[in-house]
Amino acid sequence: MPSKPPVFQLPESLPLDCGQALESARIAYETYGALNADKSNAVLICHALTGDQYVASTHPVTGKPGWWTRMVGPGKPIDTDRFHVICANVIGSCMGSTGPASPIPGGAADGAPYAMRFPVITIRDMVRGLVALLDGLGIETLHCVVGGSMGGMQALSLAANWPGRVARILVIASTARHSAQNIAFHEVGRQAIMADPAWAQGNYYAGDTSPNNGLAVARMAAHITYLSEEGLTAKFGRRLQDRPDGSAGAKSFGFDADFQVESYLRYQGSGFTRRFDANSYLYITRAMDYFDLAEEHGGRLADAFAGSEARFCIVSFDTDWLYPTAESRHVVHALNAAGAKVSFVELSAPYGHDSFLLEHDQLDRVVRGFVE
Amino acid sequence: MSRHSPTGLRPDLAAIAARVAAGSRVLDIGCGEGELMAVLEAEKGCDARGLELDAGAVERCVARGLSVVQGDADTDLANYPDKAFDYAVLSQTLQVAARPDLMLGELLRVGRRAFVSFPNFAHWRTRAALMWGGRMPVTRALPVSWYATQNIHHVTIKDFRELAREKGARIEGAWFFANERAIGARGANWRAEFAVFELSG
Repeated sequence: MPSKPPVFQLPESLPLDCGQALESARIAYETYGALNADKSNAVLICHALTGDQYVASTHPVTGKPGWWTRMVGPGKPIDTDRFHVICANVIGSCMGSTGPASPIPGGAADGAPYAMRFPVITIRDMVRGLVALLDGLGIETLHCVVGGSMGGMQALSLAANWPGRVARILVIASTARHSAQNIAFHEVGRQAIMADPAWAQGNYYAGDTSPNNGLAVARMAAHITYLSEEGLTAKFGRRLQDRPDGSAGAKSFGFDADFQVESYLRYQGSGFTRRFDANSYLYITRAMDYFDLAEEHGGRLADAFAGSEARFCIVSFDTDWLYPTAESRHVVHALNAAGAKVSFVELSAPYGHDSFLLEHDQLDRVVRGFVE
Repeated sequence: MSRHSPTGLRPDLAAIAARVAAGSRVLDIGCGEGELMAVLEAEKGCDARGLELDAGAVERCVARGLSVVQGDADTDLANYPDKAFDYAVLSQTLQVAARPDLMLGELLRVGRRAFVSFPNFAHWRTRAALMWGGRMPVTRALPVSWYATQNIHHVTIKDFRELAREKGARIEGAWFFANERAIGARGANWRAEFAVFELSG
């Protein structure tokens, strides 16, 4: 049995953008590498929508390696021989931090979970929780914050709202605002979950069933947005899936997963339901949809970074149509307008949005160079 | 221009580095792998930023700790505020710009001063190649054939002075190079392979 992960109990209630506050919130986190004496070598890694704190250690549910082991570890681009790496599960999620599946503090004696009574949270709320964690760990200034996708949103939010807390901000395949298309895809996922009878208005925790069908469909739809057309074609094309009895694939003239791409998506969907809570998926996608960093700062993105002395590095991928390069450039232009120190590079990779998680030597060199 | 100064810089970049005031803010447009920026930051305590089209070059800049944005100088200078920099540097890039005149205007908008370096198309070798060979010149300073060169707007020292005048820019200094070393201003439009101008708006 792996030892229980460290969990930080927030000493005070956590105020939220919606006006409510989370009482007795907990944040589960993992650390790698030693914190130096003056606490100046901390690197915070922010995870994506369905990510978790297990960035470089085995996932306790799936038993799979951490989600960014190729980037984080001894001698890796984010070198745990030199840096103290922290990765925390965001509030609203389901891997040990307070979320909709957590019991309401001081609530029902039976420990009934929040479910849909959990307040709607924002990206800034997630970051507020992370800042409380840093306070608890006694880390005043981060050497660097790194985030891909939703993690990049948190990194930008940290830089904009707590500018003194971080010296370097590395944002990969991300955006400063959710577009209509981003919101639209998330809404498909949420509707799939809420249309599943097992969702039961979010009150499924006590029963035997969970809205796994809806959650799997949500994951399938989202997964398509993480890949490129070129990547899907290269990986699957129109190839047919072998039959369950091992015979060669053929069209069934029915609705089995005839095509390999169907089989792959079904596998991704069902695998996801074993490790993720459907209500968490609703809340976190909502937080991402609400994200518009300019809106928080009077409508002008440059004002979000006014006076920033930190160094920024923005990275996009040419085949990422979820958060395309234009969105990264939008952030870069705002940083330029604010006079901030910014680097930007669009990397070429065939695999779409998920490229940031995959093998990419140029990305490795950019990350290593910037973090050092 | 392969002979390097004590700083390890190309002669035109070394001339620019020598003129830049310590501690100033510099935008290097077409910064390549950041040779000038690195010297300005290390030796003059400058706050240097770069703009570079080539992703591989940007990656190497970021890896050496420089702040460089991948982008196209023809379009992306518009995103920098007025007088955001003490100096805007355009080295060996004017002649590849879609509209060198507009780019010069942008340089003088974002920088209080501008440095521009370019190969001089009126160098005697170039003139001779055209005059006697009747062919587009392929010389040491302009080593690529007419159909493959990125230099779409060839310019001479005289042309550049005229453009600066039209733009209302003041020439604060000029440096000329041939055979990889500095030469005097006399007859520069014949003798210089490369020129560097310092302008104020």
